[in-house]
Amino acid sequence: MKQIFGRPAGLTDVLQRYCPGCGHGIVHRIIGELLVKLGIRERAVGIAPVGCSVFADEYFNCDMIQPPHGRGPAVSTGIKRSRPDCIVFSYQGDGDLAAIGTAEIIHAASRNENITVIFINNAIFGMTGGQMAPTTLPGMKSTTSVQGRNIKKQGYPIKVCELLAGLDGPYYLVRTSVHDPKNIIKTEKALKNAFGNQIAKNGFSLVEILSMCPTNWGMTPVQSKRWIGDTMMKYFPLGEYRNRAKEEK
Amino acid sequence: MLQQGSLENGLRKEELMPQVKILEEVCKGCGLCCDDVCPVDILILAPDRINGSGYHPAEVTDNDKCTGCGYCFKICPEPAIEIFK
Repeated sequence: MKQIFGRPAGLTDVLQRYCPGCGHGIVHRIIGELLVKLGIRERAVGIAPVGCSVFADEYFNCDMIQPPHGRGPAVSTGIKRSRPDCIVFSYQGDGDLAAIGTAEIIHAASRNENITVIFINNAIFGMTGGQMAPTTLPGMKSTTSVQGRNIKKQGYPIKVCELLAGLDGPYYLVRTSVHDPKNIIKTEKALKNAFGNQIAKNGFSLVEILSMCPTNWGMTPVQSKRWIGDTMMKYFPLGEYRNRAKEEK
Repeated sequence: MLQQGSLENGLRKEELMPQVKILEEVCKGCGLCCDDVCPVDILILAPDRINGSGYHPAEVTDNDKCTGCGYCFKICPEPAIEIFK
């Protein structure tokens, strides 16, 4: 008997400390598989964010760095420019990338820096206790918007893919989700393209992934998975926002 | 249909069918695999036991129906599911 599905060699054997039903684990597994499948594990350098996935350096079986909050794209730029053979990926959440790291991501995208950014969007600050994030949906309840997000007071959510698609720089921008197997397979393809773009020296790739946060949404894992399909995907439409590989054909 | 224990090319029936193995101590009992994911609906959360972390682990009710599609593995965040064939 041969194992056809199982924990990939790109992940360590450490038990992940995420809540039950968290989407981080699914994305970790996909990246772990790709590191092996593309043969880049030995030269990959990952950037762990500040947030729930701050311990990602213990989970990925490759070199990892944990820079200050939101500075993932800046540190990736430094590594990629000084060691161009390394495959650099920055793994960031929405508090890290869309709040404190907005400047870094916009400039890295605008320079078309040859890095891969994986952006986990769960519409809330997870680690700090469910506060309102820049990506929180209008009317969505959080610990700092107990009546629901009021767009007159707190403004509209930031749509990162649409924002970056306004720039000429980025090579590949896509939004996917991990709430059901069909979309997980699409996410696998998107991440493979994103790493492939970097290997082919094409330039900046960002994959935005809608992910579950059952604990801070106050739902069960199954409810939160359905909530992405029913509510979140309407506000954050899935799809490719930039794919210069197709445009150039 | 092969009988249990019968041979075909030197392999028993159990060895030809996909085998799902749940790593019960890794499973956090989130139940994502049990809800509309399995096309033949053979995964449940074990109602009668808990693992070392205090969660009800996922359980395979009827392995003979498994098609080996791997959807349960794909949605498992840990991943606590292994499939052999």
